[in-house]
Parts: sequence; structure tokens; C-alpha cells
Amino acid sequence: MSETQSSAARAPSSGFSLFYYASPQTFFPLAGKLLWPCWIAAALLTLAGLYIGFFVAPTDATQGDSYRIIFIHVPAAWMSMVVYLAMAFWCAVGLVFNTRLSFMMATALAPTGAIWAFVALWTGALWGKPTWGTYWVWDARLTSELILFFLYCGYMALQAAIDDPRRADRAGALIAIVGAVNVPIIYFSVKWWNTLHQGASVSLTAAPTMATTMLTGMLVMALAAWAYTIGAALVRVRAIMIERERSTDWVRKLVSNGDSKA
Amino acid sequence: MLSVFMAVLRRDLLLAWRRRSDVLTALGFFLLVTSLFPLGVGPEPDQLAQIAGGVMWVAALLATLLSVSRLFESDEADGTLEQMLLSVEPLAVIVLAKVCAYWLLTGLPLVLIAPLIALQFSLTPDETLIVCASLLIGTPTLSLLGAIGASLTLGLRGGGALIALLVLPLYIPVLIFGAGAIDRWRAGLEVGSNLALLAACLLVALAVAPVASAAALRIAQD
Repeated sequence: MSETQSSAARAPSSGFSLFYYASPQTFFPLAGKLLWPCWIAAALLTLAGLYIGFFVAPTDATQGDSYRIIFIHVPAAWMSMVVYLAMAFWCAVGLVFNTRLSFMMATALAPTGAIWAFVALWTGALWGKPTWGTYWVWDARLTSELILFFLYCGYMALQAAIDDPRRADRAGALIAIVGAVNVPIIYFSVKWWNTLHQGASVSLTAAPTMATTMLTGMLVMALAAWAYTIGAALVRVRAIMIERERSTDWVRKLVSNGDSKA
Repeated sequence: MLSVFMAVLRRDLLLAWRRRSDVLTALGFFLLVTSLFPLGVGPEPDQLAQIAGGVMWVAALLATLLSVSRLFESDEADGTLEQMLLSVEPLAVIVLAKVCAYWLLTGLPLVLIAPLIALQFSLTPDETLIVCASLLIGTPTLSLLGAIGASLTLGLRGGGALIALLVLPLYIPVLIFGAGAIDRWRAGLEVGSNLALLAACLLVALAVAPVASAAALRIAQD
């Protein structure tokens, strides 16, 4: 802890450095400042994206209006993968540079990623019913999304089972990295398994041409998902920072000033 | 390095020999689980032959999972693990030796008993050979990946259920390639590609798992 304080005190004099914000003490106010822009961007982009999705985008020639769930489904599926990569990245950074904040960030990202994976599965099932006539098929993408959800669950369960935060961070980081190495192997194995077991009766590949408005709506929703993810992760990481650093001077000062928003 | 490998291997095999019942538990589990399936899905020989590969592979997965959580347990309890961590020899080599001993004690017996189960599921000799070959190449990978889970969950409450959640997703490629081999044979396709993929998984696991498991042991015993 004394190491953190001295490094934080040292950093401003040595000019701007990326590592300046690697300490919870300096990152906490920055996260607080970034929070509101993220929330506002998420809200505005969601409104815009949903408006485009529901009112501007044309009705699909073959699927009718049921395809409109794509505006939630695809961004959720994208985010579930991006968040896992981000999580594994922060875990690797934490193990290499031994920075506590990296582990906190990974811990903060995991629940959001799991939620995205769940949303992608849920909306996929709802979309599957009207278009393919079934809620679930053992398609490669569905199956690997399900496995991705299990990987998130494993990471969170392992961290929750370990009381010592230092051990929890490192053990979780290890399994997250092992999982990230495995994700491509799992994806291709499931894909090959699927081609053997199923004919082309159900094809998940989207229509070759997509109306520009559909694509715009999807991209706007994807940006909204990014903004929400960053906002949610920042809220969580702020809570984790305060909890883990509760015995340090800066948290005590923060709490006694009643200045938790700064 | 080789001498420490052989010493640990010999020690673990000797310990298991002195306490033979532990070895038989996993084998008995494998036999029992595979015997439950005909009772559950019906004794129709064609149907049994169709599901045999998948059933044997899932049973092998679960049998490994059941026993692998105890891989480092007794060493931790009697303090041997600390000595291994303090040793000047690379920890990954010691872990690899332990996993080898573990596979010889639990993986190899599964492969050897598999023809008997294949007989119960009315597989032809060719199909039996393919199942055994896939198990022979695949089960070492299961042991290696299981070691990562065992070292991560060492000494944790609810370790058994937790290790399943951690390790089973990682087992999926091995399960697919392993059980897929016999499916391909029955569909009249060539099987070599699946066995080659299983071997590739084994090589990756051999390179990564001992190091990852050693790192996890250091984290656990920090």
C-alpha cells in the first residue's frame, strides 16, 4: 500500500505516463469522471439504434418483422466475445506487470460479459422460434456461445470460492487466459462436429446483402453496448477499488469527505 | 531433470500400489456409468452401437474429473507439495511426472477396459479398435487439463463442483474429436484426421498444461 502511495506521488512530477492511472488512487476519480459520459452515450445511442431498428429499417423479405431482434442479438453476441478478450487481456497485464488494478478491471468485466452471453443466447432462442421453428439447435455458433457463457461462469465461480483476493485474482487470471487460448479450438471443434452431424437444413449465415439502414441500426446498437459495458465495468471497478483498499488513507479521506462522486 | 521426473513418477506409482482401492474407484465408476446407459435408453443393439462412442467418452471425461481433484490433495496434506515448490528442479517437470503417473493409474486402465464395454454395446472389432485408439490418445489430454483445474481448486471449499465448471468446457474439443472418430468411421469417412486432431490437442496440452498447473500451484500456496 505504501508502494502505491509513493508511486502515485511520484508520477505527476515525471510528466504524463500511462502507468499514472495504473493505481487505484488515481484511477478512482478518472473512472468517476468517465462514468456519466458513458451512461449518456449508452442511453442516446440505444434510443437512436432502437428507433432506426424499429421504425426506419425495412421489413425483411423472408423473415418479416421478427428479424428486428437482430439489433439486440448481434451486439450482445459481439460484446460477449469482446469482453472475454478484454478480460483475458487485463488478466495477462496483471500477471505480467503485477498491477492490482488490472485484476480488478478483469473482475469488474466478467459479470457484464456473462450477461451479454446470456442475452445473446436468450434473444437467439426467441429469434429461432419464428424463423426456424425451434428455440434451440446445436449449431456451431449457438454451442460455442453457450460454452463461452460457461467459461464466464467458471471464472466467476473460481473467484468467488477464494477468500484471499490476491489468490482469487491470480487463479482467475490463469483460468481466463487458458480459456482464451481454448476459445478458438472450441469454436472450430464445434464447427466441424456440427458439419458432420447436421446438414445445411438450418443455415445461420445472414442474407448476403443487408439493407444499409439495418447495418446502421446494428452498428449504433453495438456502440451503445460498448458504452454500457464500459460504464457498468467502471461502476463495478470503483466499488471493488473501495472495498479492496478500504484500509488505505485515500479511501478513508474519500469517505470522511463524503466525496465519493469525485 | 529426467532423474526427478523418474523419481516422482516412481513415488506416485508406488504410493498408488500401496493403496490400490483408489485406482479401482475411477475404473469402477467408468464401468458403472457406461452400464447405466443401456438401462436408461433401452437394450436395442443398433441404438447402443450408435451411442457407444459418445457414452464411453463422456464416461471417461467424468471418471477423470472425479479422480483428478485428488491429484495434489495428499501431497498438500502431508507437506510434500511445499517441498516440491521449494525444490530447485523445475516444478513443471514434477507436475508432468505426477500427471503421467496419474494417467497410468486412471487413464490407461480405462483404455484397457474399453474393449469389454465395446462388447456390451455390440460394436464391431474395427469400431472397438477406433474407440480404444481415440481413448489412448485423448485421455492423456484429459489428465493434463484436469491437472490445471486440480491445482487451481486446491484446498477450496466445494472444489469438486468447481473443478467441473472450470475443466469441462476445456474438455469439449477432446470429446468432439474423440467421439467423432467412431462417428466418422460409421459414416464411412476416414478417421485419421480426428486422431491427428486429438494428437494435436495432446501436444498443445503437453506444452501448456504442466507450466500452467505449476503456476497455479504457486498461486495456491502463495
